Amino acid sequence: MPVIKNLRSIGHRTVNAVWRLGFATRFFLMTLFYSGPSFRRFHLTIREMFFTGVMSLIIILVAGTFVGMVLGLQGYETLKRYGSESALGSLVALSLVRELGPVLAALLFASRAGSAMTAEIGLMKATEQISAMEIMAVNPIARVVAPRFWAGVISMPLLSALFSALGVFGGYVVGVVMIGVDEGSFWSQMQAAVDFQHDIMNGVIKSVVFGVAVTVISLFEGYDAPPTAEGVSGATTRTVVESSLAILILDFILTAFMFRGD
Amino acid sequence: MSSQALVEIRDVNFAYDNRPILKGINMTFPRGKLIAIMGLSGCGKTTILRHISGVLKPTRGYVKVDGQVMHELSQDNLYRMRRKMGMLFQFGALFTDMTVYDNVAFQMREHTDLPEDIIRDLVMMKLHAVGLYGTQDLMPAELSGGMARRVALARTVALDPMLIMYDEPFAGLDPISLTVVGNLIRRLNNALGATSVLVTHDVQESLKVVDYVYFVSNGAIIAEGTADEIRASDEAFVRQFVHGEMDGPIPFHYPDGDYNKDLNLRA
Repeated sequence: MPVIKNLRSIGHRTVNAVWRLGFATRFFLMTLFYSGPSFRRFHLTIREMFFTGVMSLIIILVAGTFVGMVLGLQGYETLKRYGSESALGSLVALSLVRELGPVLAALLFASRAGSAMTAEIGLMKATEQISAMEIMAVNPIARVVAPRFWAGVISMPLLSALFSALGVFGGYVVGVVMIGVDEGSFWSQMQAAVDFQHDIMNGVIKSVVFGVAVTVISLFEGYDAPPTAEGVSGATTRTVVESSLAILILDFILTAFMFRGD
Repeated sequence: MSSQALVEIRDVNFAYDNRPILKGINMTFPRGKLIAIMGLSGCGKTTILRHISGVLKPTRGYVKVDGQVMHELSQDNLYRMRRKMGMLFQFGALFTDMTVYDNVAFQMREHTDLPEDIIRDLVMMKLHAVGLYGTQDLMPAELSGGMARRVALARTVALDPMLIMYDEPFAGLDPISLTVVGNLIRRLNNALGATSVLVTHDVQESLKVVDYVYFVSNGAIIAEGTADEIRASDEAFVRQFVHGEMDGPIPFHYPDGDYNKDLNLRA
């Protein structure tokens, strides 16, 4: 009976999804519980920050600059209709620090560093490196997972800040240097419109939340990946898809709380 | 077998999803001896190693190592016990993001407070013992299969364990590397005064170096004895396995389905 077969399949997938959510939550709590060595031996975390943060710099900086340039162009065209070109600086900066900086930097981080973390841990599992560590009485959550988790959580707001900074620079190049918007009003409007607590700190909070979400998803998918080529490949794809959806959903929820009634 | 056993396996049963893997296994590994567990792929050999190291818990029975029942140990005590063990994995399981030096030094850095210059001396001694002094700056990807296995062996004995487990150490090695690794296993066991368990299906190489052999088939022990006893055994399974014969109790075909019926042929 195809109907029963389909129902069974839906039930199986639902139960499986609930199981995985439970495993992921337990995995996250264990990562927090075994985070001690990540700080006592901070060089382990620094090393991972190099691979997740520093190695993501190029894509973040280039993307940030071009997003800022597009914002400058589009913003100028729209503001010109209302004779408000001088507000270009505030439009570019607010768009970046509130939304585009944290969200786009997190999406790029998920596809560049998140997928790499999943593949690395998945392959470590497939080649028995994780098992070897356990037999050597070294807890892989403490030694492998936790330093990567904290590296991701620390790197994400820094990358997001750099994305926004380069975006503002891109907007400045297009708006002021290329189009000819008044430089003084560009910067002064920006300074007047952007509030440190309300805009910048909320942007930082967003990027920290995205950092936690992306690194937990990436690490869990790698740790839970079947130890085969197909398993690691599937886990890497799931990391990018799940991270992207998590970022966009969390962004809506956070925005609703942070900027409601502005 | 000697009464001074380091490892005692008593009536161990284990099943994955109601599929029995081990059925009433009893083994005794005396201190200082090199024991082999042989059998076909998938017969439960590696599962026995996983019970000895406390990764798996038996559904019935127990595994005692140095007087401690492994599945009753707390996480801390289990890790304390594992510090006295070493395990060589089938393909070495070297940490691919570390150099040979860092791989061998890994446990020393994790479990001891030794200063770096002493760790360096110990790493060089271990690498020299496996004949790979001078490779310390290489990455695992730059090593051949045999060299990687020897580096993994150096890492396994880094903290001079009392129990060393080898999971298919001869798999995929050329004849020279095979002999080198076999001799190293014997020499290291004698030099460290350790007890070693060798899981393998490489009969000829392992019979040259081991003290005692257990044959496992379908999760149960079907024969045991010294290397000479095994060579002289009349038991059909052992004879077929040791001499690599086509005919015997081990079937070539997967035991399922009716091939003739499937092809509409008369039996």
